[in-house]
Amino acid sequence: MSTTTTSESRSRGKAPAGERVADWADGRLGIYSLAKANMRKIFPDHWSFMLGEVCLYTFLIIIITGVYLTLFFHPSMNEVTYHGSYVPLQGQLMSEAFNSTMHISFDVRGGLLIRQIHHWAALIFLAGMFVHMMRVFFTGAFRKPREVNWLFGFLLFVLGMFTGFTGYSLPDDLLSGTGVRFMEGAVLSVPVVGTYLSFFLFGGEFPGGDFVARFYSVHILLLPGIMLGLVVAHLILVFYHKHTQFAGPGKTNNNVVGMPLLPVYMAKAGGFFFLVFGVVAVISAIATINPIWSIGPYRADQVSTGAQPDWYMGFSEGLIRVMPGWEVNFAGHTLVLGVFIPLIIFPLVLVAIAVYPFIESWVTGDKREHHILDRPRNAPTRTAFGVAWITWYMVLLIGGGNDLWATHFHLSINAITWFVRIAFFVAPVLAFVITKRICLGLQRRDRDKVLHGRETGIIKRLPHGEFIEVHEPLSQEQLHTLTAHDQYEPAQIGPAVDENGVTRKIKASEKLRAKLSKAYYNEDSQIPKPTVEEYKEITSGHGHH
Amino acid sequence: MKKLSARRRHPLAAVVVLFIALAACAGLYTAFAPADKAQADESAQSLAIEEGKKLYAVGCASCHGTGGQGTSDGPSLVGVGAAAVDFQVGTGRMPAQQPGAQVPRKKVIYSQAEIDQLAAYIASFGAGPSIPTKEEYSPEGADIAKGGELFRTNCAQCHNFTGKGGALSKGKYAPTLEGVSPKHIYEAMQTGPQNMPSFPDTTLTEKNKKDIIAYLDAVNSDDTVEPGGLSLGGLGPVSEGLFAWVFGLGGLIAVAVWVAARTAKAKKS
Repeated sequence: MSTTTTSESRSRGKAPAGERVADWADGRLGIYSLAKANMRKIFPDHWSFMLGEVCLYTFLIIIITGVYLTLFFHPSMNEVTYHGSYVPLQGQLMSEAFNSTMHISFDVRGGLLIRQIHHWAALIFLAGMFVHMMRVFFTGAFRKPREVNWLFGFLLFVLGMFTGFTGYSLPDDLLSGTGVRFMEGAVLSVPVVGTYLSFFLFGGEFPGGDFVARFYSVHILLLPGIMLGLVVAHLILVFYHKHTQFAGPGKTNNNVVGMPLLPVYMAKAGGFFFLVFGVVAVISAIATINPIWSIGPYRADQVSTGAQPDWYMGFSEGLIRVMPGWEVNFAGHTLVLGVFIPLIIFPLVLVAIAVYPFIESWVTGDKREHHILDRPRNAPTRTAFGVAWITWYMVLLIGGGNDLWATHFHLSINAITWFVRIAFFVAPVLAFVITKRICLGLQRRDRDKVLHGRETGIIKRLPHGEFIEVHEPLSQEQLHTLTAHDQYEPAQIGPAVDENGVTRKIKASEKLRAKLSKAYYNEDSQIPKPTVEEYKEITSGHGHH
Repeated sequence: MKKLSARRRHPLAAVVVLFIALAACAGLYTAFAPADKAQADESAQSLAIEEGKKLYAVGCASCHGTGGQGTSDGPSLVGVGAAAVDFQVGTGRMPAQQPGAQVPRKKVIYSQAEIDQLAAYIASFGAGPSIPTKEEYSPEGADIAKGGELFRTNCAQCHNFTGKGGALSKGKYAPTLEGVSPKHIYEAMQTGPQNMPSFPDTTLTEKNKKDIIAYLDAVNSDDTVEPGGLSLGGLGPVSEGLFAWVFGLGGLIAVAVWVAARTAKAKKS
């Protein structure tokens, strides 16, 4: 009886506060339908799927700390005399930008920690994006329908590089000033328009009095604004496409096996945000980054050794450092090839990885949707290409830090430069070949495991004296996981003669495509999966151990 | 005489004779030994050169030639001055262990007295900068900020912002200035050892050198305060990038693996 009365009184009385707030919001924002559609959204579980989260959270950390820094930073190149608390710079002339960064570092409460969090988080953000991008690449997560999201991610990486570069230049210290000078040199090397571009960027001769204020707008408004928009679009597409998953029992191209967004992933992701913030804060509390007080204010007549950009720009430094200083004079004009060629290769390095998904889909002619991830070994050509690209990138990073390689490994800097010049062409090819062989080896191992089971390490002696190793058959789940991948046939050129006997002209692109497709999927590029018959024959126990 | 000859066999006779003989020797020595003070100083100098010459013949002559004229293995030492010797030998660079792009700093094998003797001998080949006095190189009272400006203008392009060292071409390098004594820094600027250009007083005055030493003392010594925490070698963005990858991203990936391993899934068994 009492239950009836309470329920009656509740239905007659006021709803709980939470429900009323939710009702109010639903009437205006339509949250119920949104929540219904998305609260139970399923996400699969794998540590590598959290790399994107690392990027998102470090991006948020950068925005939060960046806002704090803007409260104290003066983006001005007016010259002032330093009178702050750092003794070794007392009385030195410097720009207001440098002065205010010194002020943040030494005289603003928590200023140095926030500066270090901002900078460390930026380095980790870029590193996170790099690894996230490689995860997506090697698992084939960029395939249809996710090509656009791959491009969004790529754009975020590139914009992140330039946001980082402009931010790094803001304190107007000797190190970043050298970096800006480097960039100006690259701009100047552009034929015909270089000098005009440089004067436009710097408002006259370098360094002028404008670039800090200009970089400031670009760094805190333009680029982060675009990036924020792209991040939102990136996340919307992740929701829209649903997350990919690795092959496994019960996992198909049409489902997602995992945990719901609410409550599991909200708690996990929320907790992970604080863990990321914690790790970044600990690192920022124990390790210095960009000690501008040691570096000193920028003056065009000064320079230091070890003048490198932050790591994400390191490969461009490498390109410049190893490029021979070629220069040609043509009709009274100088063309500085030693700088201009690296300037051309710089975007090409990045574009090479960005366009790969489109090349792959063209070569393979695969237009289906893919929601099951590849294991890297099952796509040897793609994996080999990815490793070759990373090798290329790393070779350039070595070139960018050639002086530190020389001093720390007691090598000649000239030898390192020559190594990089040769490795720039050779190392990716070697990496490609070796990686492909390793992938095929791993495929053979998988085939072997499926057919013969797992090596247990148990040696058994048979009655007639023979020793055998006992192999344990894999479980049904493991068998499924190891054989879930598709195997493709090379794309063929269509018949040259149609049904009416008319010969068709075969385009060169078609021939190229057929050739590439053959390279992707011929018998040298994939180990045939064990068939059911093979499996049955071997496990039936006739003449096999 | 009778008395004497009568006691010649006395047990103490031998002792008495010995005393007399000793006294005679001492008297003769005091009479003939060179005791003049000025004389002693001059001979100490020539003694140092003499001793230095012996040390030189053993440790240096095989490369620099018996008279310091230089050979194909080592440069002439005429006119390098005592400061150069004090720097090269005092930092252990000389005698060189092996030929190479550059002779590295290593354990000092001569005592300061021996180094001074060598310096005296080599300085006798021809006029050169002498070993600076403590008043000349002591960083006390110098302008640190001015020293920083001078360092960034003249030294940082090889030695890095705070003197952590850097690479030069073909295996040569600008060494780190950490733990180098003010005297040796002064002498290096004065004499330009190995691949370093020299900064004589006409280029960098005595005061300028003091300022630079004071700056290095402030930013690159054991007492240097690192307001931001670990300096990561003070090498700039390369070591920072490495640290961000290994400890930053590496740490975060470790955390991600840990979080992903703790799933809400009900575990079997």
